[in-house]
Amino acid sequence: MSKLSTKHLLGIKYITKDDIELIFQTADNFKQVINRPIKKVPSLRDITIANLFFENSTRTKLSFELAEKRLSADVINFASSSSSVKKGETLVDTVNNILAMKVDMVVMRHPNPGAAYFLSKQVDAQIINAGDGAHEHPTQALLDAYSIREKYGEVKGKKIVIVGDIAHSRVALSNIFCLQKLGAEVKLCGPLTLIPKYITSLGVEVETNLRKALEWCDVAMMLRIQLERQDKKYFPSLREYSMLYGLNKELLDSLGKEITVMHPGPINRGVEITSDVADSNQAIILDQVENGVAVRMAVLYLLAGKKVD
Amino acid sequence: MEQHRVILNPTQFQLVIRRLCFELIENYDDFSNAVILGLQPRGKYLANRIALELHKMKAVVSPIQIGYLDVTFYRDDFRRREEPIVPGKTEIDFIIENKKVILIDDVLFTGRTIRAGLDAMLAYGRPEKVELLTLIDRRYSRDLPIQPDYVGKKIDSIISQRVQVKWKETDNKDEVILYTPKLKN
Repeated sequence: MSKLSTKHLLGIKYITKDDIELIFQTADNFKQVINRPIKKVPSLRDITIANLFFENSTRTKLSFELAEKRLSADVINFASSSSSVKKGETLVDTVNNILAMKVDMVVMRHPNPGAAYFLSKQVDAQIINAGDGAHEHPTQALLDAYSIREKYGEVKGKKIVIVGDIAHSRVALSNIFCLQKLGAEVKLCGPLTLIPKYITSLGVEVETNLRKALEWCDVAMMLRIQLERQDKKYFPSLREYSMLYGLNKELLDSLGKEITVMHPGPINRGVEITSDVADSNQAIILDQVENGVAVRMAVLYLLAGKKVD
Repeated sequence: MEQHRVILNPTQFQLVIRRLCFELIENYDDFSNAVILGLQPRGKYLANRIALELHKMKAVVSPIQIGYLDVTFYRDDFRRREEPIVPGKTEIDFIIENKKVILIDDVLFTGRTIRAGLDAMLAYGRPEKVELLTLIDRRYSRDLPIQPDYVGKKIDSIISQRVQVKWKETDNKDEVILYTPKLKN
């Protein structure tokens, strides 16, 4: 097996366990590459990639751009705030215009769920979803699972709790699919207003008590409260949220076992996680970022590796 | 069905390895500034065997540095074959700056892997000198101007033929076999 089962990476839902394992295996090699003095390989030298970000991003955008450059691809960047989208151009028109400049792959972040899927049906280029609304963020889930695999050797059988704003989180959904495909147990924790009503149909359990959830888990994945997506009040105040669902050192130390703390970023220090926890050695937040480049290099390499006609 | 012919039997195999080592000793003296790089996946076994044999002959003063180089990301056939190749592991825990590198692969055919290997190697420094050692040289079939400095055995072959080097470590036997596809009438 050396080929992904898919032409695009639209979501974890659409790829198989074998695909995920192939990506991890390839990422191991790239992790070695990015840790040596000369961090660049020439594999994608004849490929042009457009990064289309219709929504703000720091980590994902830089991580993708770095991955592309480390693979020697040509990169063009696009941010909707400074583009003709503001003049009323449609998504398909924008992308087709960019593709007319002979672009091979598109990495896209968009505020609307399903935007990447829609685009893959409309245009003739390989699409990588870098986050579509509250739907999926496949490369984030891959790097999260990769970081768990790196820490524990394997993901299978591990107990992972995802804490916080599940309803507005694409990271949560992609991670549920990814971790389950790899054989992990997933539990969700947060105020019921922030947990989608039928989420248990995905085979996950819901726990409203943070302490119980943490006592159960091996890994706690803390999510940010996405105030920009919240159109109404889901909880009384950030202070109250933080008291009930924020992870602090006292709580972490009182568990009687060592759990691993993860966060997809950006961190709201003092809300979902306190500074001393985020900077402790139980947190692997910066390892996640490092692994992000290797995992994205693997995804780009494997998708680009299909034969050109 | 394929026909096959043994090119090197276990006895000849061992003789060839020893001869290659003697040739290296003539040029490298005590190997104090030399390193061995085996190309992944199959050149690794030859590199290990050569290093082992050199140690047995007491030709080296201190253990010779040995690394394995994977060339997958430097290949020139990316996007030109049906499936991307799954990369092997690069294991080089030293810098090759100003070293004499003995680059090792089992079979030299078109020369494209070696070309990629030379590129890949440069990520680890600028060597003083690079020499190429291969067990089998399929001569007259080169796509690029690359020639080995040390050759176990030269063979004449056509493109449709296939050479397999077997190793005691993985295939229970040291042996080289040439496979010829049977012609359809």
